[in-house]
Amino acid sequence: MRTFNKMVLGTVATAAGLVFSVSALAADITGAGATFPYAVYTKWAEAYQAATGNKVNYQGIGSSGGVKQIKAKTVDFGGTDAPVKEEDLDAAGLVQVPTVMGGVTIVINVPGMGSGKLKLDGNAAADIFRGAITKWNDPAIARLNPGVSLPDLAITVSHRSDGSGTTYAFTHYLAKQSLAFKRDVGAGNTVNWPANAVGGKGNPGVAANVQKIKGAIGYVDIADATINKMNFVALKNRAGNYIVPNQGAVADAAAGANFKIKGMAPDLLDQVHKNAWPITTATYMLAYEKGTDAGKQKGVVDFFTWSLNNGQKMAEELGFVALPASVVKMVEAEMKNIK
Amino acid sequence: MSEPSASAGIDLHAQQVRKFWLQDKIFHHATQLFAFVVLAALVGILVSLTIEAWPSLKAFGPAFLWTNIWSVPDDEFGALAAIYGTVVTSVLALLIAVPISFGIALFLTETCPVWLRRPLGTAIELLAGIPSIVYGIWGLFVFAPLFAEYIQPPLQNLLGDVPVIGGWFSGPPIGVGILTASIVLSMMVIPFIASVMRDVFETVPDVLRESAYAVGCTTWEVVRNVVLPYTRVGVIGGIMLGLGRALGETMAVTFVIGNANRINGSLFAPGTSIASTLANEFGEADPGLHIASLFELGLVLFIITFVVLAISRWLISRSMGSEGL
Repeated sequence: MRTFNKMVLGTVATAAGLVFSVSALAADITGAGATFPYAVYTKWAEAYQAATGNKVNYQGIGSSGGVKQIKAKTVDFGGTDAPVKEEDLDAAGLVQVPTVMGGVTIVINVPGMGSGKLKLDGNAAADIFRGAITKWNDPAIARLNPGVSLPDLAITVSHRSDGSGTTYAFTHYLAKQSLAFKRDVGAGNTVNWPANAVGGKGNPGVAANVQKIKGAIGYVDIADATINKMNFVALKNRAGNYIVPNQGAVADAAAGANFKIKGMAPDLLDQVHKNAWPITTATYMLAYEKGTDAGKQKGVVDFFTWSLNNGQKMAEELGFVALPASVVKMVEAEMKNIK
Repeated sequence: MSEPSASAGIDLHAQQVRKFWLQDKIFHHATQLFAFVVLAALVGILVSLTIEAWPSLKAFGPAFLWTNIWSVPDDEFGALAAIYGTVVTSVLALLIAVPISFGIALFLTETCPVWLRRPLGTAIELLAGIPSIVYGIWGLFVFAPLFAEYIQPPLQNLLGDVPVIGGWFSGPPIGVGILTASIVLSMMVIPFIASVMRDVFETVPDVLRESAYAVGCTTWEVVRNVVLPYTRVGVIGGIMLGLGRALGETMAVTFVIGNANRINGSLFAPGTSIASTLANEFGEADPGLHIASLFELGLVLFIITFVVLAISRWLISRSMGSEGL
């Protein structure tokens, strides 16, 4: 009996010691920022807590909010879709690494046009989204779609009404394709869409507008387009191939990019790989190079190291694209600077 | 024997009086504090809005109010499109909602069978309790497609060629836009206006009503000459309550107004309102002029609401004066 008691006591003591040491090593961490990776960060945090017992809390407050919060040191890491510039990273003493990728797709609602049936190049897409092409049977579209009968239907451009990283990536892509687009509409989180363009709130808002308005064209991320079974446009990439968006094509875009730069934010738009999806984007994590709380700094590194190595499948199920293994190695090396 | 007890009685009485006096004093100060907290919050909001909006106030001056441009990439901002959308949708919503609410209230108080009054009245009050996002989602997913399919094309065919008015109904029928937002808004304010109108119609003394019927007035004559004059103040109050709600409505409008920062003469065209612009752009606004301009928009909405309130007060006091009440 006595030995049994001793055993129980010993086990309890060891268990308590274990629990204590684990919670002492890595504190609960908090992040805030871009809404785009919110779904995957939350999923990772859930799985990470189940695996390690450590809590991660992420608030989707918007990219610029994320940058503000990390600079104000109110969070342990920030999230942003628009990468912070190298000089700003140095000035603020921040480390920036990509965490997960996504693709922005062009979706349409034109009678008789199934997914991938309509072909567009960057220039034609830019002209449509700046309001210069107003009918679906415009010669500029017909030229790219020989043998396809295009309806005499007005084009309604549908865009994000809320400031968004999706708009940021999409407009930067179109601005690269067309100077006229850059001049008329601009590139950024919120831009000057043409008259009669319809704004919807969030990716679901744009998806709803495109599905409800005959003749509509819009842009949403791959995940939302897939969930809503929307009709994709096949977009011509840098190599000259028409690509129907999918997660593989996004991964191919990253394969050709050079991440070996400060901030690890190469331009993923319009990459040269023959299968690359042209409108590929990554989202980034920001943390302090020299933090005040070593436990939390380590918590941030541990969480992302675990997620990048164990969370690929979770990301893909949510419509995101995991970073290629080679890039994960570079991110791990870069995160050694977070102390 | 009786002396000490009398003085003790007076002492006790004085003590009680002092206690009551103290209680009154504390009660007075406590309630005063609550009231002043509201005032302090109001002033605090006004001051902090002004501070946050200061860069924009300095950069654009009063021209902010009548400049029709909202360009984030160029850092140029003006509130005209948002003010236009806010005012037009609210006024249109009232134009639709007031006659309908009036009819509802009339039916409920004058001609409705007694057994139907309670269920109908409760239903209207329940409508007022539905969260606005539900109206927004319903507007976007259910109403807008039906509107684009079955209402906009006939309207265009009917009125499209009429000079001036035709322009209001031009453009592609896409379902979302200024008119859709106005209709959804009108549905949201009808319960408010109708229930206030019903309540004030019920305050008309039966003696007045019955006397009018007794001298041979029709229902309409009773309403026109007895009920309405008697309840004018309350009716105006109800309408202003509805207007206040329409001006500040955010989520439902954001879903169905189309969110284009432009002024288009057509009511079918997408537009924007102050509240919807704030809801859309605040989250990802760039620090600097963009965020300052959004704060200034908030300030403008604050002032518009204040002016509406002031006008309604003035209308009420004027009509009270003319009634000699």
